[in-house]
Amino acid sequence: MPGAIHVAYLKHYPPAWSGALESGVADVFPLEVRGTPLNIDLKPAYAPDRRQYHATLILASLLRHLPDKHTKIVGVTPVDLYIPVLTFVFGQAQLNGPGAVISTYRLRNEFYGLPPDDGLLLERAIKEAVHELGHAFGLVHCPSVSCVMHASSYVEDVDIKGESFCTNCMDTLEAGVETLGRYAV
Amino acid sequence: MSKRKILIVDDEMSVRQSLGEWFLEDGFEVETAEDGNVALQKMGHGPYNIVLVDLKMPGMDGIALQKRIREIDSRATVIILTAYASVDTAVEALKLGAFDYVTKPVDPDDLSNLVRNALRQQELSEENVRLKEKVSALNQASPIVGKSKKMQHVLEMISTVAETDSTVVIRGESGTGKELIARAIHAQSKRRFFPIVAVNAGSIPETLLESELFGHEKGAFTGAQYRRKGKIELAHGGTLFLDEIGDVTAKMQIDLLRVLESKRFTRLGGNQEITSDFRLVCATNKDLEGMVADGRFREDLYYRINVFSIQVPPLRERPEDVLPLATFFLEKYARAMGKPVPALTAVAEELLCRHRWPGNVRELENAIERALVIGKGPTIAPDDLPFREDQPDLARSARSLAALERVHIERVLRETDGNMTQAAKVLGIDRATLYNKIKRYGIRR
Repeated sequence: MPGAIHVAYLKHYPPAWSGALESGVADVFPLEVRGTPLNIDLKPAYAPDRRQYHATLILASLLRHLPDKHTKIVGVTPVDLYIPVLTFVFGQAQLNGPGAVISTYRLRNEFYGLPPDDGLLLERAIKEAVHELGHAFGLVHCPSVSCVMHASSYVEDVDIKGESFCTNCMDTLEAGVETLGRYAV
Repeated sequence: MSKRKILIVDDEMSVRQSLGEWFLEDGFEVETAEDGNVALQKMGHGPYNIVLVDLKMPGMDGIALQKRIREIDSRATVIILTAYASVDTAVEALKLGAFDYVTKPVDPDDLSNLVRNALRQQELSEENVRLKEKVSALNQASPIVGKSKKMQHVLEMISTVAETDSTVVIRGESGTGKELIARAIHAQSKRRFFPIVAVNAGSIPETLLESELFGHEKGAFTGAQYRRKGKIELAHGGTLFLDEIGDVTAKMQIDLLRVLESKRFTRLGGNQEITSDFRLVCATNKDLEGMVADGRFREDLYYRINVFSIQVPPLRERPEDVLPLATFFLEKYARAMGKPVPALTAVAEELLCRHRWPGNVRELENAIERALVIGKGPTIAPDDLPFREDQPDLARSARSLAALERVHIERVLRETDGNMTQAAKVLGIDRATLYNKIKRYGIRR
């Protein structure tokens, strides 16, 4: 399926709201979005001392399952992700590359001692998936607080920003999507 | 704005890689180095806004590297990264000028805030330097030279009006230095730390003036490839100096009036209303009152701009300012040309004082600049000046035809160094007639 976006569910996923997540991504990117469970071994990425998973290593595994070079893939996992120098990351992407990965671990209300809220979790997951895919399409962080490409260090930042791109980011994005869209079937 | 650059120095590849990607996503241009020596080589590819330095590295440690970095580029902000939290090393790093010190692993929010603060401080310090340079340039801007009563009065008016936010109209003949007066008003006003933006309405065609003043959106007209801010928008916070206001067309007068009333406008081809807080200073050599009476200048615009009026006297009405101005320009251009400052000979001084200066201070400035270019010796002599005698002055003093003839013969004789044959030839008369006229008018040769 060239010219498309794959949402790959890792480790115990897909969640019940996977269809809604794919629709949310498809609302922003004018490409075909398809969800698939992906059984990759996360153990090599686990750091026992941190009790977290190395996002870069997961991303590398994910890319080995990239169906076609003209597609983008975003992995969705419930495990907590980190990169060596930071305490955690909500997700990671290759800037202008084919892949990205997001974690829902710190997007859940329960992590902050609050009652579960699947609606809010879905909203946050869509924003993070779109944000990381934005990086994969070459976008960098945006100063506009309402743009989905605004950097988020805390879950509150994720809640504040919007689900779509600002005009400037949309201009940059269009070129990347157009290139990928040429391979769409 | 050019991309911000960051150099990440850490012996751990995973740290370099993950931080590198993190900063790439943040829009930085990223370079990495695995040790101090590589980092110092890479400093040559700078300048870097931020250098992240790991404290413990094989070979040169972070503290030593930080010292070397500061020697190469004191403007780069150094942030120390370490896996070992130690107050002693933190204090030492900060003493040596590090911006801050963080312990790995870093909370992403802490790192974002730290980098944001570092960049903000860098911007502030660069802005501080720019402002200091600007203030210094303003202070060194061409001073208004003039000891005459009329110019002293103008200077008093500048001081009075500068403190207010009133619109000012500067009147005066061409070349009297109206823009200099506008800049002096701006420099003494509370808006002095914001720009003064000058537009010469007389030299720009109406269609271009509209875009020049209000700006335009991308695609507003053929050739408008980019959005462009107009001068009114650029003058936000500062002063808009509109020269030759008497030359603007009727349509532009309406547009200007609207902006002056509301301080709001839209760019050409745009629909977003933009607000600009600016003070208007305009200038003209036209008779605005006469133009209002003739219907060539809108009465409402006239009353809107004519809140405070400053009349700049022509140079011929303040002859006592000619020599101080000449000396000022001599020093200015001699310095610019890298020459010693020449003196004016007594005859040259007399010539300058007798000239009527129809082109005012601009003419005097040009005359002095030219004299410095062509003058060879340590003094400026009459030959170096672009005029020998002042015809309009002579014409005024010589009221009868006979008196004018006498003055003219005297002038030609001076120009030909008293050579009768040459003088007769220039005058188009024969030598005998010239002798007779010299005798009749009592001209001394």
